[in-house]
Amino acid sequence: MRKEPVKVKEINIEERTKSFKEVVLGYTEEEAILEAKRCLQCKNPTCILGCPVGIDIKKFINQIAQKDYEGAYCTIREKNNFPSICGRVCPAEYQCRKACVLTKRGSIFASFEAINIHFLERFVGDWGMININSKSEALNPKVKGIKNLNLKFRDKRVAVVGSGPAGLCCAGELARRGIAVDIYESLHKPGGVLRYGIPNFRLPQEILDSEINYLRELGVEIMTNFVIGKLKTVDELFKEGYSAIFLGLGAGIPTFLGIKGENLCNIYSANEFLTRVNLMFAYKFPDYHTPLNIGERIIVIGGGNTAMDAARSALRLQVMNRIKPDVTILYRRTESEMPARRLEIAHAQEEGVKFKFLVQPQEFVSDKQGFLKGLVCLECKLGEPDDSGRPKSIPVPGSDFLLETDLVIVAVGLRANQLLTRVTPELKVDKYGDIIVNPETMETSLKNVFAGGDIVGGEGTVIEAMGMAKKASASIINLLFP
Amino acid sequence: MVEIICKKIIAYSLGTRIVQLELKSPLIAKKTLPGQFVVLMVSEKGERIPLTVVDKDEERGTITLIFQEAGFTTRSLGSLKEGDFLYALVGPLGNYTEIKNYGKVALVGGGVGIAEIYPVAKALRKENNHLITILGARTKDLLILEKELKQVSQELYVTTDDGSYGRKGFVTDVLQELLTIHYALNAIELIYAVGPVPMMKGVSQIAKDRGIKAIVSLNALMVDATGMCGCCRVTVDGKTKFSCIDGPEFEAQSIDWEELGKRTKMYQDKETHICKLYNR
Repeated sequence: MRKEPVKVKEINIEERTKSFKEVVLGYTEEEAILEAKRCLQCKNPTCILGCPVGIDIKKFINQIAQKDYEGAYCTIREKNNFPSICGRVCPAEYQCRKACVLTKRGSIFASFEAINIHFLERFVGDWGMININSKSEALNPKVKGIKNLNLKFRDKRVAVVGSGPAGLCCAGELARRGIAVDIYESLHKPGGVLRYGIPNFRLPQEILDSEINYLRELGVEIMTNFVIGKLKTVDELFKEGYSAIFLGLGAGIPTFLGIKGENLCNIYSANEFLTRVNLMFAYKFPDYHTPLNIGERIIVIGGGNTAMDAARSALRLQVMNRIKPDVTILYRRTESEMPARRLEIAHAQEEGVKFKFLVQPQEFVSDKQGFLKGLVCLECKLGEPDDSGRPKSIPVPGSDFLLETDLVIVAVGLRANQLLTRVTPELKVDKYGDIIVNPETMETSLKNVFAGGDIVGGEGTVIEAMGMAKKASASIINLLFP
Repeated sequence: MVEIICKKIIAYSLGTRIVQLELKSPLIAKKTLPGQFVVLMVSEKGERIPLTVVDKDEERGTITLIFQEAGFTTRSLGSLKEGDFLYALVGPLGNYTEIKNYGKVALVGGGVGIAEIYPVAKALRKENNHLITILGARTKDLLILEKELKQVSQELYVTTDDGSYGRKGFVTDVLQELLTIHYALNAIELIYAVGPVPMMKGVSQIAKDRGIKAIVSLNALMVDATGMCGCCRVTVDGKTKFSCIDGPEFEAQSIDWEELGKRTKMYQDKETHICKLYNR
């Protein structure tokens, strides 16, 4: 067996920062076959257990090796409606790849040698997008669990609230079985966090559009500019004849640091910064009309994927505006505790994002006009592991120092948006405002109302949200067709 | 796509226009309550901007918006004609005003903020409140909704900055005077004010001095307006609040006015730039 993994091609570093073009180019057919042939085809494959939706990874890799791409596509689609998305954004090194037998026991993330399952998934997804349309797929006997599209279930209608990963996945699962699904989305375009939160250089909007069009071809209606909880209540949806409702609201509200000066001009939440860039195309201002300020010295606070996305977007904006790139990520622990994907950290470093570890922000400093001009920080040291299993970050008293900065992006997490739950008091939530569900069925305290994604588990990954949505859709199908 | 059913220029002075639009949106018309707002996009490339719903007609299935052409987006919006379509409209958003019988209420509206006190005034009147309404405009030609507000108010005062109509001066002068001369110390139960930040800040100070509760409705910058982006944040009682989901109304005395004033000017350079560019 070939030990060395097949490297995936990427745009060269110079070119990358000049635009929002996708960085990872993906495998060619030859590369995919070569990588697929590295798979040991274990008797008891562990990779599948590492996948939140349980894709038969061993099987689809073997099908690639046999050049049976249609077969591979059907194998993935059995479990995952959006291979082109997941192949791009799944934190594979914490999931399937970490569970690959080629990963050393006990490592925090996947070994270098682990099969590049996500790139293979992406190859198959992109192949299918070109070669298979949704109707022929639904009619394809190879796709187990997908009944032929027919109209006999059309009297069963389900409302899906939110068009992010959870909502799209749930809608897809139901629609493939011929159930009529209407998605309600508050923004003017569907996709949720996939649209506003993930930059084009990681997930091109055309890929997202194409996966959403697949749902439309299956008959899913998407109502944009529609806020459930304001324009219609959950009760009203039932009165209109929906048999079940799925809530995929996401974890809407950005968390701030709670330190002095956090509302100064030019302090953005990562959500706002990324929304202006991705959804509103602020990087094309003034052709697009949404403004965005770009600093000369940008600081991003946080260590997750969102922080990486924000930092890399900010760096691109500086380059595109002929500002000398100067973006620093501040994180209160060290690189090995960073929750971001290793690939994204590596990309950020390659592109020129600087990292400052063991630092905790204390206070923002302003100029006379109310614009940010500096950030006072404290140095930290690592202590004993906390509840998360990671060593605690302990600020060192008296170690404060000033960092000059004129723009800060805060990427320290999200909490539940209670816009809908507040007007639906019968819907039980926990102390964080997350919706409480039966973890087996994803049913909420309200009859025939199901939930999944970040509004249930707090912040998670795209594929975890999809995993919950799949569970919920299975319950909805059981409910509709007992 | 949302159709513009009716358009009127309701005030005009030296290149400044205040425009009233009636938009077709039966569902929003059915659901909106006083104090709530919508977010709209003029075109696919447009910004998302919030505007208060001034009036609604459930039978016609329409809502009315009033705005002053100030920046690029409001000018683009003002250039649309009857029969044109907006790219997007979402609402109702924000919390609605608590409408009940307070007793005597002073309503203070400055500039285009007058449009925002109008739906609240009508609703308060229905609850038999005694309304003392104070309207302020830069100049006579920019005064809006005087007749409409007169109909629902027991008392109505007008000020203009240049003295071209009503009293020369500011709404805060009248408010101060009413509270010192005409009304006993605890006669006014509530002040409801909407207008430019310095005006609301002034009202807040007066209310604080007198110990009267004052509510203001903030026009913060917004993007999604459902709590997701945090663009509209404001410091209230030392804590960060989001105007879109925690507001748009807050108790005036709790607000960090200085910070808010600066924050609303965050994109002034860009605004000037895009306006120049498209006016060429």
